[in-house]
Amino acid sequence: MHPHTVDYAIIAIYFVFVLGIGFALRGRMKTSEDFFLSGRSIPGWITGLAFMSANLGALEVMGHCANAAKYGMYVNHFYWLAAMPAMCFVGVFMMPFYYGSKVRSVPEFLRKRYDEKTRTLNALCFAFMALLVSGVDLYAMAILFQRLLNWPFWASVVASAVVVAIYIYLGGLTSSIYNEVLQFFLIVFGFLPLAILGLKAVGGFAGLKASLPNPGYAHTWANIWHAADNPMGVNWVATIFGLGFVLSFGYWCTDFLVVQRGLAAKDMASAQRTPLIAAVPKMFFPLMVILPGLVAIAYSPVRNLLWDPAKSAYNYNQALPTMLGSLYPSGLLGLGLTALMASFMSGMAGNVTAFNTVWTFDIYQTHINPGKEDHHYLAMGRVATIFAVVVGIGTAFIVLYFNNLMDYLQLLFAFFNAPLFGTFLLGMFWKRTSAHSGFWGLLCGILAAAAHYTLYHFHYIHYPSDMAANFYQAIWAFAVCFSVTVVVTFFTEPRKEEELVGLVYSLTPKPKTSHLPWYERPSVWAIGILALCAVLNIIFW
Amino acid sequence: MGLDIRWPIGIIFTIYGAVLLGYGAVADAAIFQEKSLGVNIDVWWGLAMLVFGLFMGALAFRASRRSES
Repeated sequence: MHPHTVDYAIIAIYFVFVLGIGFALRGRMKTSEDFFLSGRSIPGWITGLAFMSANLGALEVMGHCANAAKYGMYVNHFYWLAAMPAMCFVGVFMMPFYYGSKVRSVPEFLRKRYDEKTRTLNALCFAFMALLVSGVDLYAMAILFQRLLNWPFWASVVASAVVVAIYIYLGGLTSSIYNEVLQFFLIVFGFLPLAILGLKAVGGFAGLKASLPNPGYAHTWANIWHAADNPMGVNWVATIFGLGFVLSFGYWCTDFLVVQRGLAAKDMASAQRTPLIAAVPKMFFPLMVILPGLVAIAYSPVRNLLWDPAKSAYNYNQALPTMLGSLYPSGLLGLGLTALMASFMSGMAGNVTAFNTVWTFDIYQTHINPGKEDHHYLAMGRVATIFAVVVGIGTAFIVLYFNNLMDYLQLLFAFFNAPLFGTFLLGMFWKRTSAHSGFWGLLCGILAAAAHYTLYHFHYIHYPSDMAANFYQAIWAFAVCFSVTVVVTFFTEPRKEEELVGLVYSLTPKPKTSHLPWYERPSVWAIGILALCAVLNIIFW
Repeated sequence: MGLDIRWPIGIIFTIYGAVLLGYGAVADAAIFQEKSLGVNIDVWWGLAMLVFGLFMGALAFRASRRSES
């Protein structure tokens, strides 16, 4: 990869532009609420994109590209089996609940529905996870630097961390929601040509199928019945329940970074439509992220570059950067690099800020040192930011042990999101669930995940792939959290129904959609999306 | 009042479209032979981005005119 002046100019234009917007808007709009208030005239499709841009970072592009290079088209399940039904569920069932109950964050819901200790446990997990995820962004940025400048990995990590720290200091987050929507378009324009050129390089779809290392790579569903038949080594139970239910519903229903975008919509109907509109482009993302990964492993000039002779294994994480370097001429290369760097930087900055907020307010102010002046907590926040960046450097080295960073990310989700989803589901749909049960269920769920991971890591239990282990870990964590919560509930006092209004689905007033014309009804949208999705599944069976 | 998101999208894609289109038009054709399988992808993709950028800018302009009146 040899960028020229024009490429560096394109990268520079972006950063000047983004910092310029941040500067122009300084103090005027900080939250997603401000963003949407500015735009009552903004059509629904843009709010839908904002919803999704919280989810589509470069990590998703690079991670699923690596994932596809390692496991083939089976990775389509992450989109068509996992994300689609979950997004429709959020739009039809969860949005009215969130919107009507005025729940605005996960900790807030846990504190009101359960108790303070449940919130604290979740805050600790969340802070820990934010540190681990920020390492992924740093890692990804570092391997890009490594490719561009030929620096050793550790120097690239430190350099990336310094760049991110400067970005946060300059206020790169003040206009974060603008950045994210901009980045969404940058990523689409930056990576769509990769799919087009990649397909041309291997001689179209037929040529791609013929040159894949294993015929199983060309199927989504055909090899799902027996674990031994597909490259991921998972059977239909683990795929449908582990990925399609626990991991995906856990992510889309409890990730408030994503949900809040919908909550800021001007009315209930548009809030419900937000995830449904987002689902339409999301359905076609495999074209942009999975196809280049398949080409990377099928096209020998790229595949040979991925081989790491020292480990005698492929380094799948390099799939996307290597594809860029091999197929993009100067000019377009600058655009692709800008899309990646911008997204890693804001991803890392977002995680660091999230850590900082949770640490300072949910843990430090609540439990360690309450009742101080505001400036004391502001100073604490600054220390926490520096701490998070330094720890991020450390966690970037953990990612080095995973040849596919999606394996690592899903491992983290299986640790924390999977049990949390059990706590949410019971708290929301079963009014008997007692205040104490949430804490014990969540704790046991996380311990079950930890126990499962330990057994797998030290080879007491075996799975054909890391991803298969993640799916089973998610199932165990969820199942343990769910059962412990139910059992503890029967031994503890139920809560009064009047305290649960707005927190439990059956006790929260629901909106009517019957006044809407049929084409504006969320349920009609959801059915249409699932039908279209089914067609895609059949085409790429 | 805040900023209509379509302005920044329109502006940056107009700039990027023009840069890529211009660079692709003057660049040595050998780089496209070497990398992008002989396709002058910079010119084509630059054109696509330019059209998209101008379209977004036009939408933002129309919305701003409408809210004034």
